[in-house]
Amino acid sequence: MNPEILIHLIIWPTFIGFIINGLFGSMLSKTASGIIACAGPLIGFLATLYLYLTNPLLEAINYSYYNWFSIGLANPVNFSIYIDHLTILMLFIVTGVGTLIHVYSIGYMHEDKGFSRFFAYLNLFLFSMLLLITGSNLILLFAGWEGVGLCSFLLIGFWFKNPEYNKAARKAFVMNRIGDLGFILGIFLLAIKFNSVDIVKIQGSFANLSMNDPSIILITILLFIGVCGKSAQIPLFTWLPDAMAGPTPVSALIHAATMVTAGIYLVARMNILFSLAPFTLNVILFVGVATAIIAATIALKQNDIKKVLAYSTVSQLGYMASALGVAAYSTAIFHVMTHAFFKALLFLSAGSVIHGLHGEQDIKNMGGLKKKMFWTHLVFLIGTLAITGCPPFAGFFSKDEILSSVYSWNFWAFVGLSFASICTAWYMFRLYFSTFHGEFRGDKHVWNHVHESSWIMLFPLVVLAILSILGGFAGMPEILSERHFLHDFLKYNVVDHTHHVNHFFEYCLWSVTVLALAIIVWLTYNRYAKSSKEKFELEPTGFSKLFANKYYLDEIFANIFTNPLKRLGSWFKNTFDSKVIDILVQLPGNTLDKASIELKPIQSGNISWYIISILVGLIFFAILFLVKL
Amino acid sequence: MIDKVFYFLSIATVISATLVVVSKHPIKSVLFLVLTFFLISAHYVLLNAQFLAMVNIVVYAGAIMVLFLFVIMFLNLNKEIEQHKSLIPWFIAIISGGCFLLITMSALSKTELISSVEHSSSLGLVENLGNVLYKEYLLPMELSAVLFLIAMAGVVLLSRKEKIVDTK
Amino acid sequence: METASPEIFSSIPLTHYILLSTTLFVIGLIGVMVRKNIIIVFMCIEIMLNAANLMLTATSVYYNNPGGQIMVFFTMTVAAAEVAVGLAIIVMAFKNLNTTNIDLFNKLKG
Repeated sequence: MNPEILIHLIIWPTFIGFIINGLFGSMLSKTASGIIACAGPLIGFLATLYLYLTNPLLEAINYSYYNWFSIGLANPVNFSIYIDHLTILMLFIVTGVGTLIHVYSIGYMHEDKGFSRFFAYLNLFLFSMLLLITGSNLILLFAGWEGVGLCSFLLIGFWFKNPEYNKAARKAFVMNRIGDLGFILGIFLLAIKFNSVDIVKIQGSFANLSMNDPSIILITILLFIGVCGKSAQIPLFTWLPDAMAGPTPVSALIHAATMVTAGIYLVARMNILFSLAPFTLNVILFVGVATAIIAATIALKQNDIKKVLAYSTVSQLGYMASALGVAAYSTAIFHVMTHAFFKALLFLSAGSVIHGLHGEQDIKNMGGLKKKMFWTHLVFLIGTLAITGCPPFAGFFSKDEILSSVYSWNFWAFVGLSFASICTAWYMFRLYFSTFHGEFRGDKHVWNHVHESSWIMLFPLVVLAILSILGGFAGMPEILSERHFLHDFLKYNVVDHTHHVNHFFEYCLWSVTVLALAIIVWLTYNRYAKSSKEKFELEPTGFSKLFANKYYLDEIFANIFTNPLKRLGSWFKNTFDSKVIDILVQLPGNTLDKASIELKPIQSGNISWYIISILVGLIFFAILFLVKL
Repeated sequence: MIDKVFYFLSIATVISATLVVVSKHPIKSVLFLVLTFFLISAHYVLLNAQFLAMVNIVVYAGAIMVLFLFVIMFLNLNKEIEQHKSLIPWFIAIISGGCFLLITMSALSKTELISSVEHSSSLGLVENLGNVLYKEYLLPMELSAVLFLIAMAGVVLLSRKEKIVDTK
Repeated sequence: METASPEIFSSIPLTHYILLSTTLFVIGLIGVMVRKNIIIVFMCIEIMLNAANLMLTATSVYYNNPGGQIMVFFTMTVAAAEVAVGLAIIVMAFKNLNTTNIDLFNKLKG
């Protein structure tokens, strides 16, 4: 089959699904709506599969739909699709996990009135993500970037009747926008410097640039600011925990698997540019490590299932950023892949728990759920083992690779990331034991109605669990295998800095990891598996208080940025608007009013006055006429 | 000789008109106006416009001024003597009037006299005027008769006593 | 009837007549502007009309065109009609307002 037809099949079915569900959703039955929506990513996945299988030694496909605009640049900006190995990998992840989440959502959102609207938004989101991944120039990528930001806003505020959710949606959008400012400035500078925004052309014209060129450093810093906004690095990450206001499939799709990885994808895509600016790479490493540590410590003391998972996402994104910071781009993409699997799994199983408990999200009201929700419990355990890096699950391989790459670059960064790993293990197992073990701490009435989820929700969970188990084998380290599948897959598109890892160090790392995991499991089991409700309601003190209150970051941001802006806005509204603008606007009216009052006496009724004025006017005009003005 | 007559007549006319404007007593103004009309008729005679001279005296001095006198006596205005309180209106009027005079004179004095016009001595006689009037200007003449009719009807209408309508 | 041709052309140029007419006109104009008694104002209007008539006649004689004198004829007609109607209005106004001071005729004041 023609590659062009396959490209059409990858991208457009989701858009068509959006149109149909958006315009006609209220007329369709729920089943029809769901099937149309799931068909989009499924067709995309199958088309990608077919494309890969018929074309394994893929040379890059560059297919242009039409010439979008060509102002001033040497290369016109086209609406064109570029597919190489990196793109194919991301397409697999996005469409695959996307399909599973769509199937899950049919079950999760079944009683919701906005069923078809939800699927319309989900399809639009997937379409924007596909544009982002396959765009061949930065403008199209940015269009997809903005599209996913928009859909994130729409989906977080999906239950829009609640003003708190709307606030969260707005917060996500605005913080995203702040990052976008940096991104756009970066694009502009790139356009000026390389006279093109086409990714391939930019990557190809690096030959005459030196390392640490100031303009390249500036451009990469600006692009990284965009990444901070989208991929929730410090300081632009506070929107992600608030974004848990949306339905759980949204959290799974957007904030675990796809949107937040868009930033990581951007850096990996522009890898040559970033490799030319080691200063920026150090910045990225520093920010990534800091993000990982801070988010992991906050998650230690959160009581909402989804918030713990949200901070876990931020922490894992910090890991990916650290990998980028040591120029191990394919490692970061590897972690993107495994993270998509296990984080989506965790979110969807948390959604299953919430669904089974009819909306309860606080872990102090849970406990002992493994008796009633066996399959959910099993997949959640698999996800927990994957994220904490237990061999031979997926997370072990990717995390191990990141840790060893970072170790060979910077020792203290390695220490920070290890500390974050320990925190990750602690809070994940705390979550697992509190939710599924021990006695149920909630209402008796709720306990009677707890039920396992339907097969339509369990099926994607099982598939994701299998992927979490097997996904790590795509990237085996040197010790165990000759070939690293992922590195080989990506090596033509992504140029890594080769990290030579000491084998002895690898073995040490593995053993320490397994040992630490065992200790942490034992400790958390004793502490949380049998704890009572009062333990969760204790007021935290000291460091715990700092963690539980999210380092007061929300309050700090509010006081520095939001409140002054609000005060400025209200000042404008009350003072400026009423005193200055109203006066200006009413000025013609008031002037006319006063002028008419002044001019009224002219019509005095006094005849001689009239005649005198006629005569004076006549003389005036006669003089004008005679002097020939 | 004739120019002396002309100058005498013009000075007399100007003085007479000024006295009309300046007099405080209305009856005096009326009388001086009648004198002005007579002097202007004398000017007409000087110009050999005999018909117009007669018509001027008959219509203006004979009918119009009689009407004025009648109204003054009717309204008993001969008892009121107008007081000139302030002179400011006089100043404004004289200055603006003087400006107007200057402007008009400067505009009109540029007119060129066509010296090749043949002067007929019988222009202004009744027969010639009558000929022109009834041949070329017949329609305006008939219309002026209609105008008189309308004026008469208007005057009668205006002077009707208004009936007092009971406002119930 | 035979008459001597007027010798007026030889000695008095037209501009003298123009000056005379304009002076009379301006005098009438001043009277209209200044006087307070409405009857006197009306009379000054008559002076203005007569000044115009004089100039019309003078130019008609100097240019040998009877049209000027015909125009005077009509002007006088209209002046007579106007005086009649005007005086009727003044009498009725006097009946209502009991005064002839035109400063007090200001019911149309803005």
